[in-house]
Formats: sequence, C-alpha cells, structure tokens
Amino acid sequence: MSSFPLFPTEAVRRPVASVASNSSARVFDRLAALPKLAEVTPASRLTLRPTPEMVSSGVREIDALTGGLPRGCLTEVCGPVSSGRTSLLLAALAAATQRQEACALVDVSDAFDPLSAAMAAVHFESLLWIRCGDEQAAAERRKNTAHGASRGCGSQEDLAPKGRKIGRSEGNVEQALRVTDLLLQSGGFGLVIIDLGDVPLKFARRIPLTSWFRFQRAIEHTPTVLFVITQSPCAQTCAALLLKLQTDKKLSAFSSQLSGKPVTHTKLLDGFRVETEILRSRMPRKPAQSASAAFSTRTVRAG
Amino acid sequence: MPFACIFVPDFPVEAILRAEPGLRSQPLAVLEGKPPLQKVFAANENARRAGVTAGMTKLQIEACAGLAFRARSLLQETAAHAALLDCAQSFSPRVEDAAPDTIVLDLLGMELLFGTLPKIARDLTRRALDLGLTANVAMAANPDTAVLAARGFRGITVIPEGKESERLGNLPVEFLVAGQPESEQLLQTLHRWGIRNLRDLAALPDVALSERLGQRGVYLQKLARGQTSRTLVPVDPPLLFEEAIELEYPLTLLEPLAFLLGRLLDQLCARLASRALATQELRLELELADGYREEEDCVGTSAPARPSRAQARQRFHRTLRLPLPLLDSKTFLKLLQLDLRAHPPGAPIVKIHLAAEPVRPRPGQSGLFLPPSPEPEKLELTLARIAGIVGEDKVGSLEILDTHRPQGFRMQHFVPRDPQEKTEKTENSDDLVTALRIFRPPAAVTVTLCEGRPTFISCLKRKETRGEILWAAGPWRSSGDWWEHEGWARDEWDIAVQEETSIGLYRLVRDLLGGRWLLEGTYD
Repeated sequence: MSSFPLFPTEAVRRPVASVASNSSARVFDRLAALPKLAEVTPASRLTLRPTPEMVSSGVREIDALTGGLPRGCLTEVCGPVSSGRTSLLLAALAAATQRQEACALVDVSDAFDPLSAAMAAVHFESLLWIRCGDEQAAAERRKNTAHGASRGCGSQEDLAPKGRKIGRSEGNVEQALRVTDLLLQSGGFGLVIIDLGDVPLKFARRIPLTSWFRFQRAIEHTPTVLFVITQSPCAQTCAALLLKLQTDKKLSAFSSQLSGKPVTHTKLLDGFRVETEILRSRMPRKPAQSASAAFSTRTVRAG
Repeated sequence: MPFACIFVPDFPVEAILRAEPGLRSQPLAVLEGKPPLQKVFAANENARRAGVTAGMTKLQIEACAGLAFRARSLLQETAAHAALLDCAQSFSPRVEDAAPDTIVLDLLGMELLFGTLPKIARDLTRRALDLGLTANVAMAANPDTAVLAARGFRGITVIPEGKESERLGNLPVEFLVAGQPESEQLLQTLHRWGIRNLRDLAALPDVALSERLGQRGVYLQKLARGQTSRTLVPVDPPLLFEEAIELEYPLTLLEPLAFLLGRLLDQLCARLASRALATQELRLELELADGYREEEDCVGTSAPARPSRAQARQRFHRTLRLPLPLLDSKTFLKLLQLDLRAHPPGAPIVKIHLAAEPVRPRPGQSGLFLPPSPEPEKLELTLARIAGIVGEDKVGSLEILDTHRPQGFRMQHFVPRDPQEKTEKTENSDDLVTALRIFRPPAAVTVTLCEGRPTFISCLKRKETRGEILWAAGPWRSSGDWWEHEGWARDEWDIAVQEETSIGLYRLVRDLLGGRWLLEGTYD
C-alpha cells in the first residue's frame, strides 16, 4: 500500500518551479529524486496554509479589523503607557472567560487590578493569575541552581549571564518565561496572556527569540491564544498578529483646552479613544497596507 | 454456596516484600526480638532452601551467603492485611477476616458479575499480585474446606462440591491441627496411630474416633472430609488507606525518599482502585531521627494551615489537598516531591507513613464540543511547579472581598470551572472599561499643590513620571476600618501628566493617615 501524500505535491511544485532560480531548482529536484523525500514538500513552497480559528477579542472594532484573535498563534499588542493595552487585555479576558475557557495571566509586573477586571466582566473562576516578582522565591531558586540542585521544570535559559546581578524586572521576566513555558506545556488553556507592559524595553528586548519560537511551537495546532502586551514589538516574526495601540490625538488637543481647569472624573477618562493599527498579520485577510481602527473606553466611576 | 479463601504464605515476609519487591528473588528472613537476641520469625522459600528455619538466631543465619534479613514490621503487616481485605472486598461484600494472612469470601451470586469460579480465582490472584502480595486462592462449597485448600495447595484450587474429601486427602494432618490447642499432643497421637494425611483421618470410623478423641476428633474428621458447615462472620473494614515503611537506616536525601514514596503511592492507588475510589487528600508523616525539631503544615488548596501540635514529637507532617479527586500515583509523587523540595523536613527520616482520604472518583466523561480546559492532573503539577517559581501565595484565582479597602482581594487555589456548568450570561457592553494598572507597592511621589490641587508631580522611583499635571480630577475621599487597628483614609485624584513623549494618566492617592502622596497606578 503506497503512502498517502500530505499535500498535493505536484500541483504545488509546478508553478513555483518556474519562478525558482536554476540552482535551487536543481537542488530541489535532486532531493525530490530521493525516494524518502519524494512526497515531502518544503514549507516555503506550500501555496496554502491552514487557516487558524479566530476568536473574538472582546472589542468589536478590532474584530472587524483583524477578524479576531487567532487560536494556536501568538498575538502581540504593543503601545506606550496609557495607550489602552490593558483595556484590550481585559476585554479579551472577559470574552474568553465568558466563553468558559480557562485563561492564564502571567503578570510580570504584578500590575493587574481586580476591580477593573470585575468591571470589565471577567469571570475570576476561570482566570489563573500568576504574579511574578517574589524575590525570596527567586533568590532561593537561584541559590538552589548554584548548588546544582535540579530545577525540575522548564527549559528556559537564563537571561542574565552567570556572575551578573539580576535586577527586579529582569528577574520577573525570567520567572514569567519559565511560568509561560510550564503553562503552555500543560495545555488546555484557551487564552494565555503575558503582560510585559511595564517591563523596560531593554529587558523586554533581551528575551531570546528562541523563547518566542518555543512558545509559538508549543501552541501550534492547539486552541490556545497567546496574547502578549509590550511597549514595543519583541516577538518579531513569531507573532502572527501584531497590533500597535496609541492614544487618540484628541487627548492632546483637549489637554490644552482643559489645562488648569477643574474637570470631573467622567470628563477626564470617559471616551478614552484608542487607535489600533495592524503592523503585521499572517492571516489570509492580510491587508495590503497597514489598516487602523479606533475604539473608546468608559470610566469605571461616574462623577 | 461457593466460598473462596485468599491465603498469603509467609505473611510477614510478604509484608516486607511488598515494600521491597527487589528482594523477592533473594532468600529473605524476617527477624523478631530485641538485639542481640533476634531470632528468625519467618523466611521465604529461598531462605528455607538455604537452611534457614524459624527460631534460628541472627548469628546463625549470618553465615548463609546472600541471605537478606529484615526486622519484622507490624506496621507493614497491618498495611498488607488491609490490602488483602481491600482485595477481597472488591469481589464480595461478605468477607470474613479469618487471620492476618487468611481472608474468606462468600461468592454467592458473584458468578453473575465476575464469571465462573476459576475466573474469579484467577482475578483474585491477579488483584492480590497488583497489591504486592503473592497469594494462594482456593474455592470450595464450605469456608473451612476453602481455608484448608488455600493453606495446603499452591496457586489456584477449585474444589467441586462432593469432592472435598478426595481433593483434601493428600494434605498432611499437620495442616489440620495447626493452630489448634494442644496441637503437639494431638499430632503425636495421630502419628502413633499411623495417621499421616487427611485421607487416613477421614477413613477412621466415627464412633471409635469419638470414643478416643471426643467431639474434637469428630470435628477434625469432618474437616478432613470437607463436611463442616458454619456461618461466615462478615466484617466491615473501615475505609482506611494507610501505608508505612520503617527504615533500617535514616534517610537524608530527597531522591531515595521519592523512590520509597513512589512505592507507597503505587500501593495506595492500587488499593483505592480496587475499591473504585480516588483521593482528594494525602497525609504524609515522617518520623525524624532523634534530636530534631517538629513541624506541621498544610499545603494545597482551600484549607487553612493547622497549628503545630506539641504532642507530635519529632514528626514532620505535610498534607496535600487536591481540588478534585485524583488517582494517579505519578502525579501524587511529583506533587509530594515539589512540596518536600519547598519544605524539606530538615532531619534524617526513620519512618514514612502515608495516608489517603478516600472519596468517590469524579466522572470522566466530558463533552465533545466543550471549551478547552486543562487536565486536572497536569494542572495540579503545573500549579505546584509555578508556585515553586513565584511563591505559593502568588498563584491562583482571585476572590474580591466585600470591602472598600484598596486591594481588597485574596488569592485562592485555582480550580477551573466545569465547562458543563451553566453560567449566567453577562450582557456585553459596547464600551470598554478604562483599566487601571496597579503599582505594587505604590510609588512615593512629591506633589506641588496650588489652591489645594496638585499641579506638578515628580517620582524618584519612576523617573519618566515627572512633569506638569494637565488635568486633575478629584479628590474622592474614602476611609474605612477606623474601628480596627488597620484603619485607612485617603483622597484619590485622577491626573494627566505631560511626559516627554506622551500624556500619562495616573491615579494619585494622598494617604490621610500617613500624610504621604502615592502613585497607585496608571490608566491604560
């Protein structure tokens, strides 16, 4: 009984072969002549990619712009402080917990506000909150590592070279990566969020690309959405969807008008408009050029 | 009315072998008594072949090459007996506890459930083997015949009704009189008469035997003929699942301890499985070598930590509570390992005692179209590992407390909601909530006031937060718990600060009791 090919190899090869250079085509033909590789098609030559399932991000405008958040892929949201990243995070959490999916939040800076989450209708029973930054535990672990004790979990390489003092943020990031490794290997979560929103850029950018590749590989073909919040893009090509958030320019305009005048809370925070821009998308509905949308948030308190 | 008997030959040896299966192929003797007057109490077949008999001194058996010897452990014998009862109870509710090494079962009606008698006998042997015990199983129409056959014949014996005398005939009379009062004298009498086996005893005339040995002789003859009839005395053993190991030498490393814990957990899980149960709580008690401290603590989920008890001298307790009933020894072992790594006993260990609280297992059937949810076993391990990285109180789900105090929440063990549970649907609002990112701990700031309103802010900890305050909304004054020691009172301001590249929205708090200005978080 002959083996069944995973992809229609001939149909894929023919159009690509005409475009490929002579030397690469020769190498490919030589490889294809090998009996074991006859039915194998390089991933780069596949014309069709499996389309990931999309789930709602909790924000109608973003769903309309991107089609939602892709399952089994890494979605990165970047933006400066007060750009609406956490509001989007809470919206995604609320949507996932309302779908009764188990969610995990790796809170690198321990910045999660339960009251805001409650107002955003997040179901806490489905949310696993991991607060990084226990210096005592980290110190103990480092001590154990130094004494050669087995770690027993994860395969994350150390961010800091040996002998260098590890700062608080850097230690938190290291913890977060180890925790994320464990969560993704455990599986079963519908949404895993890494909140690097308050981590200084120099530390966030120091996260090895291999870590992002490992995360992406771990969630591939699973229903997990990996959602990362950063100040600027870190995951690079590993992110299937990269969104950039920024505050509406009107905020600056209002500032000059209202400067020095007493304002109410509602006036200050209501209608907090956020502009969203797609910087990268591997989805089939990828726009020809970067597209943008805007959404607004409401204040928790009135008055 | 069929009866079955499970008999474990060399029971003290089997109890030891249950904890140390590696010794099964070696000659092994079990010693009893205080050093240096230890004597052989029991020995396995290999040891008997090497010339070891009961009553020999330790000095005598030390001459035997390759002989292993262990001290008799009543704890392990108790656990082995409980395992034997579990094995019997998994086949019949009517079980008689005849002796520590002998259990009798009433199998009336069980053929419909478990198949033919030979099949039940095979299953009983296999189940006992799963529990670490090599047992003889015999089946007969009355309990005494089943007991005699189990003690007399190796492996599985099924005696059809009416053939008891024929099958038992070859057994020596020693089997019959063993355990009877004045057995030596009776045995000598029978030997003087030339009675060597049960067939000879069964063939004696009833009246003549009665005249010489009385009713006792008649009863023994009935036993030899397999004609006794008695009512079974059923027991209802309590659901106690405990295993223990007494160590010859103090244990100082975690790895060999994990090895022993693995064996105990395997046995506990096999026992629980034989009773169709699972566990939600594991209690580990380690007896420490002399001169070390005592400690007691709880780990796991929702229960609070128990206080230390003065009466538990030189003992180390750990309790592992699970949110769901589980029955996976590997998961339990990993959880215990992680827990012991985080909370080491701090002293050499001389005795290990492990107990499981039995509960009904959870139904394993889940829907095809249910949302993704982590497997409970994997999740528990993952949570334990994460707790080892970030700290036990930093992982879990949160519960908001009924208070206005800032940060009024507490962490609790994460148990994902059953996807089959129906939840109240929350109305989706089109507007998103402006979320707050909390600074833990709050950053102390210097604030310049103008007419009671903040106009300039500078933060040493967050150097980017420094500049003119564009907007300031507030103050919102709140206070509480003033009737307690931990009272609080504060004014909250929402401010917009012009930073280098953008505008930052912050929550500024003035602690009215301490008089400090704090930056509590940023709106994002």
